Amino acid sequence: MTAVETPTRSLKFWQGINQALVEEMERDERVVLVGEDVGRPGGPYGVTRGLRDRFGDLRVRDTPISEAVLVGLGVGGAAVGLRPVVEIMFFDFAMIAMDQIVNQAAKYRYFSGASMPLTIRTMCGAGGPNGAQHSQNFEAWYCTVPGLKVVMPSNAADAKGLLKSAIRDDDPVLFIETLGLLPARREVPQEDDFLLPLGVADTRRAGSDVTVVAIGRLVDRALAAAERLEQEDGISVEVIDPRTLAPLDAETILASVRRTGRLVVAQEATSPFSFASEVFALAVESCLSELKAPPVRVASPFVNVPTPVPLAEARAPGVDDVVAAVRTTMREA
Amino acid sequence: MAELKTPVAPATGSARTTSRGRYRLMRLSRRFEETAHEQFGDGQVPGPLHLSIGQEAVAVGGCAALRKTDAVLSTHRGHHHCLAKGAAPDRLMAELLGRTTGYSRGRGGSMHVAIPALGLLGTNGIVGGGIPIATGAAYGMQAQGRDDVTVCFFGEGATGAGVFGEALNVAALWRLPLIFVCENNQYVELTPQEIHVAGEIWRRGESYGIPGVRVDGNDVNAVADAVGDAVARARGGGGPTLVEAVTYRWFGHYAGDRAAYRDDDEVNAWRANDPLVRAGAALDPAERAALDAEVEKEISAALAFAQQSAVTGPEAIALDHYAAA
Repeated sequence: MTAVETPTRSLKFWQGINQALVEEMERDERVVLVGEDVGRPGGPYGVTRGLRDRFGDLRVRDTPISEAVLVGLGVGGAAVGLRPVVEIMFFDFAMIAMDQIVNQAAKYRYFSGASMPLTIRTMCGAGGPNGAQHSQNFEAWYCTVPGLKVVMPSNAADAKGLLKSAIRDDDPVLFIETLGLLPARREVPQEDDFLLPLGVADTRRAGSDVTVVAIGRLVDRALAAAERLEQEDGISVEVIDPRTLAPLDAETILASVRRTGRLVVAQEATSPFSFASEVFALAVESCLSELKAPPVRVASPFVNVPTPVPLAEARAPGVDDVVAAVRTTMREA
Repeated sequence: MAELKTPVAPATGSARTTSRGRYRLMRLSRRFEETAHEQFGDGQVPGPLHLSIGQEAVAVGGCAALRKTDAVLSTHRGHHHCLAKGAAPDRLMAELLGRTTGYSRGRGGSMHVAIPALGLLGTNGIVGGGIPIATGAAYGMQAQGRDDVTVCFFGEGATGAGVFGEALNVAALWRLPLIFVCENNQYVELTPQEIHVAGEIWRRGESYGIPGVRVDGNDVNAVADAVGDAVARARGGGGPTLVEAVTYRWFGHYAGDRAAYRDDDEVNAWRANDPLVRAGAALDPAERAALDAEVEKEISAALAFAQQSAVTGPEAIALDHYAAA
């Protein structure tokens, strides 16, 4: 191997986001950032710190608590030549702006034939102490909307590379960050054109017995489970992180399922009508005869998120749940 | 009727179009919609149709001072706004008739027309849906250092939507080049405005420090002057204005709504106050007749264009959802 070494730095997830924003705003003056507390305070968790000082008030704008108009700033701004990044502080608040996301941004190209280069960044509060109105995983809702793309990175490097691609994309992208992942470190490539393509899954761990498709916080948990299953049971687990939920890289997922014949899907959302349900449907439609065992979903129980972190973590699926699910699929003939 | 909340600079934009030009555009809008209404009656419009007949002065006056690079946000009742901002009657008619040559390939119909090249950022199927987008367009112009402006048309019904208050606040805070034009046609869908609207709309901006003005929405020159003043101020960095133009919807909420909830006397009184007749009174009858004849030709050609265009088929359904890879 004589590959040129790409310089990397160990960064936290939030730093990956921050770096992507800085690089894209340096590169293209049409890129702006608007949202609640993004400017002077640098975001409630510091994700956007330093941006206002660097790019000024017109390009990094603090908005009132007006989510519908906030997304409208992005839709209208994009329609007249900007490439806006709008930040909805918590994913739960996106529901307040649903008309602008679903009825307006996602349909603009269909009505006009024109681009809608809008990135809507938001943060799912999973892993934090904020309770039932700040911690929900409704990513699957948005995946039902034609015209919208949905990205959900699980680590700092993917967050950076995917956000840069989202900003350069000519369609509206909902970009879902996760509170519980913000401090997590990973080596992040430092060249300016570190772009990860939307719609391409990442096989985080190769394996031959079971395919685990995991998203958000469950990716790291699935990797830990795979390690344990290898050591304790000698089971070889393949872990796939789709990274982009819409459009979904079904090809990579199904190729793996065909090889292993066993499928587990792990997510923090509740099960009914969820991302996991969609992956099951794809597997059943495409390779039912190649499945050696019924697929298993690892998900949160169908109850609301409690506020105290120990309770919230008790509700969230963990490494043990993934291990148990994989063992279940292996027990089936 | 005009009451000025805050004194504003004398009109500058109103000279941009002549009485002749305004009358012609209003006549074009009237005949366009009458023709579309007939087509609807003949079963040729595969979608709902919300007529703005009787309200033409608001659109024509409201767009009189605008350039192509200025933006307009329209509503579910928006043919007159589209035409006033420069939409081609033939392609607009084709859209209503579900033809491939329509602005949205005949898939959208009248509530889903957007023509970004003309600055028309959309009619809208959602009442109030254009208000946040208008705020964003005005912000975009400001952020790019342009002296363009955005005019946001909406009905009195939309003043009940939360986004109206949100937008007034942001527009005032940021001194956005945004003109809110409330086209008060006095009926919110099937009920009169008394059921929907408390207080006075033109004063809604008062506590935000946004100047407000109410004008006779059936007087194209009054609308053009009020909006023209607001446009001039916005271009100069003076921030937003709220204009309430009081007018009347001659027909029901949608084509087919017989509007039995209204008094004939009321309707007849407003029909006697026809904005098109008032605009035409400024012209010599012979000149007016010549313009009418021109418009008839244009409308006939638009209808023929639409009728001769192919009906949009299922092969168009999947187009224009994502950028080409």
